[in-house]
Amino acid sequence: MAESARWVGTPVRRLEDPRLLTGASRFVDDLEPRRVLHVAFARSPFAAARIDRIDRAAAHAVPGVVGILTADDLALPGLRPVLERDDFTVTEMPLLARETVRHAAEPVAMVLALTRDAAEDAAEALAVEYDATDAVSSIERATAQGATAVHEAAPGNLLLDAAMYDHDELDAALEAAEVVIERTFTTGRVTAAPMEGRACLAEWDERDRRLIVHVSHQIPHLVRTTIADLLGLPEQRVRVVTPDVGGGFGLKCVVGREEILVAAAAARLRRPVKWIEDRLENLTASFHGHEQRYVVRAGFDAEGVLLGLDADIACDVGAYACFPFTCGVEPLMASTELPGPYRLTRYRARGRAVATNKPPIAPYRGVSRPQITFVMERLMDIAARRLGLDPVEIRMRNLIEPGEFPYRSAAGLLYDEGSYRESLQRCAAALDHDGWRTRQADAREQGRLIGLGFSCFCERTAYGTPAFASRRMAITPGFESANVRMDASGGVTVAVGTLSHGQGHETTFAQIAADELGMRPEDVRVVQGDTDTTPHGWGTFASRSIAIGGGAVKRAGESLAAQIAAIGAHLLEVAPADVVLSDGAVSVRGAPGRSVAIADVARTAHHAAHRLPDGAEPGLEARATFDPPGTFSNATHGVEVEVDPETGAVAIRRYVVVEDCGVLINPTIVDGQVHGGVAQGVAAALYECLVYDEQAQPLSGTFADYLIPTAAEVPAVEIHHLQTPSEHSATGAKGMGEGGAIGAPAAVANAVSDALAHLGIEVETIPITPENILAALRESRADVPVGGTP
Amino acid sequence: MTEPHRISIAVNGTPHDVEVEPRRTLVDVLRHDLGYTGTHVGCEQGVCGACTVLLDGEPVRSCLVFGVQADGADVRTVEGLGDQEHLSPLQETFSSAHALQCGFCTPGFLMLVTAFLRDHPSPTDAEIREAVASNLCRCTGYQNILRAVRTAADAAAPGDDPAGEPS
Repeated sequence: MAESARWVGTPVRRLEDPRLLTGASRFVDDLEPRRVLHVAFARSPFAAARIDRIDRAAAHAVPGVVGILTADDLALPGLRPVLERDDFTVTEMPLLARETVRHAAEPVAMVLALTRDAAEDAAEALAVEYDATDAVSSIERATAQGATAVHEAAPGNLLLDAAMYDHDELDAALEAAEVVIERTFTTGRVTAAPMEGRACLAEWDERDRRLIVHVSHQIPHLVRTTIADLLGLPEQRVRVVTPDVGGGFGLKCVVGREEILVAAAAARLRRPVKWIEDRLENLTASFHGHEQRYVVRAGFDAEGVLLGLDADIACDVGAYACFPFTCGVEPLMASTELPGPYRLTRYRARGRAVATNKPPIAPYRGVSRPQITFVMERLMDIAARRLGLDPVEIRMRNLIEPGEFPYRSAAGLLYDEGSYRESLQRCAAALDHDGWRTRQADAREQGRLIGLGFSCFCERTAYGTPAFASRRMAITPGFESANVRMDASGGVTVAVGTLSHGQGHETTFAQIAADELGMRPEDVRVVQGDTDTTPHGWGTFASRSIAIGGGAVKRAGESLAAQIAAIGAHLLEVAPADVVLSDGAVSVRGAPGRSVAIADVARTAHHAAHRLPDGAEPGLEARATFDPPGTFSNATHGVEVEVDPETGAVAIRRYVVVEDCGVLINPTIVDGQVHGGVAQGVAAALYECLVYDEQAQPLSGTFADYLIPTAAEVPAVEIHHLQTPSEHSATGAKGMGEGGAIGAPAAVANAVSDALAHLGIEVETIPITPENILAALRESRADVPVGGTP
Repeated sequence: MTEPHRISIAVNGTPHDVEVEPRRTLVDVLRHDLGYTGTHVGCEQGVCGACTVLLDGEPVRSCLVFGVQADGADVRTVEGLGDQEHLSPLQETFSSAHALQCGFCTPGFLMLVTAFLRDHPSPTDAEIREAVASNLCRCTGYQNILRAVRTAADAAAPGDDPAGEPS
């Protein structure tokens, strides 16, 4: 209806910035109602134990303590996430451990006190007698013969054991292959570690007899459903509000037990209750991810064409399944998307969720895609080396070509149009790949170890209901809703079910709505994060918001624009088809002088309804939903590294991303997401790892142990955009919040392997620590003295 | 140990008297006793720098300073830089360079950089990187923060304080 797209595609400065820059933002811990009680949890020091006895006397004696709640006091059911599959074992995550502790830092009791200090003192004073047992600390130990069962219901510690695909020609193809690569790849346990940890403040509103829960979360409507179900309340008696949220990256798209406990305590005590996760809890007691092992066999012909792939995938999912996604999220994603952007028909995958006595996993940025990309891209480089092919050339021979879309993958997914080959060519050119071997040889002459690595990937984004339904979750996310209304002054309010927590939706959704309505983004106020005022939605995770939520905003905007046009045309005494909306006015097409301000249309719709055309309802409001099947983004990452032979440290010299997320709504924001994703991916490749000892004790409890990189380590990223519009989204946009994190580990691992290839060293494990590199250099047979120059 | 002490501190020029336990950190005094919630707590381990404020002009991790240590001090927080209608030049460049996403770490970076630019009005890129590496950000990958600081430094006329007062 509007004249032409004007704001979509432009780098509009973010409308949410001023409050965040001035301290006017409001995070959960900034709220401090009267009579609030503060929570500290008493957490198990053992990874596996029986609880024999809890003695509260000493804890109760701490001044300021108001209450101590245990599992027996609360008598509430736990969280039971379900996949409706025969190969999945349902287990329960108790809100508080009752008889059995299954991971270190599992909550055993909840202490409520007048101050946080008092609550922590009392949690420390609480006397809990444990009978510690042998802990299951790794995939190997969990799957060994006779291993202790973490859950009685799963004697072999397999919470999911899914044989997904089994092509009948695979074994013959591998037998006949010129080269068969058999490898085991492993990736370390990492965590989202948003700068704001989890946080929850629940209040009982006696006036309306309902709970009001402020929570730092990615899916407020899911939190409402979960609290209402577990406490036995109708949803209208629970209001969930997410104020400003200090990052999530997936950690806050699952419902944690602490949030339920805080709500339960507020309902029980009839006073406000607040829990702010501290960093120790965040690193040792929240949710982790990405600890996986791939045993793979890949066959290639003499030309480097991939003939078949057999993958045995095991994910260390910790002690419990996360709600509602379950512990199947990683193995199912890995099995389904492992083939990536490459032509492949003969494929077999077994995906297992292995229970251990470690904290549970949740979806973390990329969800198995960083790992499968690491595996596939290492396989490509290893095969290229065996066959004497260039890494770019072997990829070009296997990448799906433009004429092959839509492409049905070996796992049955339908890839929509992408720019797989072009992104690789552009990335290789940007890094002067043609001159690389000469530069590398020159560097080696000088004793320097430099390497170049690429990674190509595609990722399904904007999972709609059909995509999630195929996973068979008992709770199926997918669609998104938007309400767009115009008030009597002509101001626009867009209410959405997504939940921006750094992605800038207050700006991008305003751009989309402004284009539909012929207005400016600053005329549009985006409202989110309040179950009282926003339509039911599935929040922000899995690179879904701009494609799905943005689609709902566009559709609702179109509908509202039609209402405005009809009224404006009536006031101008022309047909609705003869007007356009632009620059805040309804104008007669071809006669811009004949116009009525949209603000006057808004006045008429609200304050002079008797002047409306026949059939027009008073007020201006529209609602729309959007539910695409999913759409595939793609990218190539290229990175040049230098390995210091004396320290084993890896320095990144150049980093190039050529990405294609369809139509860019706001290029500045897209670039920012790529920068941040690459930083997390580089971190997983080189720095971050949650280390657990043999008894599953956490050894990484601070940011001095868990190494989030700083500005000194994260490289500058050169970004090139390709734009293949999605046919499945209303705006042509594809999701892109995770891609940076997906491509980086593989590219870095390939670059390090390239730097050390002449020494016979190949990366099969991330993170690639200096210690590991030095050990590999020592073991290498080459005559390079470690710690010196050749 | 928990006997309260009366302290006097000035926050952004406003004097305050407050009773604090000896173990209460400066960031808790600012946030919970005095209501300056613009300063955030990211780790309480002295690593992330989200709680950075200026204590008598110098950037400190306010989670590693006890309230009693700030008795008599002049404290500057993000609320003292500029308001939403009148951003300071540094706040402006953070926005124009897209140097923030979720915004949780941003006040700490702003205070860190305010002191850095005051002391290094013509910084090299290496100096900027070293200063920015003091704090952690999980969203931006730092690239745009570095760009914002460079822009703020370059935009300041010689002799100006690049962090500056609100425009």
